[in-house]
Amino acid sequence: MTPDKHFRDGLAAGEIRLQRCSSCHAHIFFPRVLCPACHGTDLDWVNASGQAEVYTFTTVRQRPEKGGDYNVSMVELAEGVRMMTRVDGDPRDVAIGMRVLAYVGDIDGKPAVLCRKTEE
Amino acid sequence: MNHALRGKSAIVGLGVAGLGESPGFTSWDIMAQSAQKALADAGLALKDVDGLFCAMMEDSMPVLMAAEYLGIRPRYVDGTLTGGSSFVNYLASATAALDAGLCDVALVCYGSNQRTASGKLVTASRLPPYEAPYKPRYPVSGYAMAAQQHMHKYGTTREQLADVAVSARGWATHNREAFMRDPITRKDVLASRMVSDPLSKLDCCLVTDGGGAMVLTRADRAKDHAKTPVYVLGVAAESTHRQISQMPDFTVTAAVESGKRAFAMAGVKPSDIDVLELYDAFTINTILFLEDLGYCAKGEGGAFVADGRIAPGGSLAVNTNGGGLSCTHPGMYGIFTVIEAAHQIRGTAPGIQLEGVDLALAHGNGGVLSSQVTAILGSEATL
Repeated sequence: MTPDKHFRDGLAAGEIRLQRCSSCHAHIFFPRVLCPACHGTDLDWVNASGQAEVYTFTTVRQRPEKGGDYNVSMVELAEGVRMMTRVDGDPRDVAIGMRVLAYVGDIDGKPAVLCRKTEE
Repeated sequence: MNHALRGKSAIVGLGVAGLGESPGFTSWDIMAQSAQKALADAGLALKDVDGLFCAMMEDSMPVLMAAEYLGIRPRYVDGTLTGGSSFVNYLASATAALDAGLCDVALVCYGSNQRTASGKLVTASRLPPYEAPYKPRYPVSGYAMAAQQHMHKYGTTREQLADVAVSARGWATHNREAFMRDPITRKDVLASRMVSDPLSKLDCCLVTDGGGAMVLTRADRAKDHAKTPVYVLGVAAESTHRQISQMPDFTVTAAVESGKRAFAMAGVKPSDIDVLELYDAFTINTILFLEDLGYCAKGEGGAFVADGRIAPGGSLAVNTNGGGLSCTHPGMYGIFTVIEAAHQIRGTAPGIQLEGVDLALAHGNGGVLSSQVTAILGSEATL
């Protein structure tokens, strides 16, 4: 199975699947056929814990009739990978360093990694 | 000690066309008009060109389309597309090709009609598959997230970002070729429509039509073509990522490395440079590049650009044509950093001409802070 398909099948099953390099133990995102850290090719898959933190973000401004403003965030998962995502709720409440939980939701009917603020 | 390619090529012709608005013309038309002007400036003609260096937004094989349009059959081509930095990057491949005898007359050219044709920034790139669903506004959201991180980590303010735009406009006000020439204030920038926080409309580059071209030859024949050849003393590239999510640290660009190697190749240091032309697609760029190229410490770029330091009359001349923020930005701005740097050395700048420029730096940026290319140009006195 190709790396991209394994990742997408994971999303369809409600799982955030990450690759992990057997040689250097780095976690890898986006999915690929080699480890970008050590270039090893022996990769296995783990499910992300979902624990994550907002690295940076922006609020994309959009007219209300087009759907209004929305958040685009860069989050770092506890496993050490960074990905683009969206934090639920009012975009004005998002802040750098905020703890979030990454989960599989959907965007335009397709499964996608989203984040919600965790209580702390 | 000298790098083998230091000073081996020279820019002997410069041309621009269609800056601002060129209704009805295609991007190829504007590219070709620029090319003809640069060749005329060098006393050469299209039939003399045997090396072609070109990237365009309109085609996946732009250098072939350009050669076809121009009616030439180049024996050396480079169409490497690294975004707006491509044209600074071509200084490296053109210098190497000229020095190796793979070509004798190198033409670097670009054109775009994106203002009058579409009214918005045209990009050849599709959003990467793992980012597209979140609908970042490309490319501004990537730069906005870098700015947000810089503000968080170093206390950089929107006012300091605004000072970059105000300074650029200060130069553009005196440049007949600049698209936006009315002076602006910090307040204007802060009050302009927010696009992707923390970047507002006036933190973003223009969307214009326009083209630029330059002609290079080997240094030993440069004087046959130019009264004042501009020598390529150093040029170096580095890239860190393509997708913004993969950028190692959003506050540090590969300009740290491209700058270091370009300075080493040229055998000069940052304080030797008389004028800097930095690819300012967004106000945060200028701050990042001043830090990464060694003009101030990491994190101090915001304070560095405040109070008119990089505006006309300030202590460091940056983006003397008005930059992508206020002069022109036809999709990719990189070639214009080199053109303005070369003008300053020749003494032919269309706007404010500085006195006694011997060393100029042109810095190209491509993608979303992805590709960084630094070039150092010099007068004959620097050889």
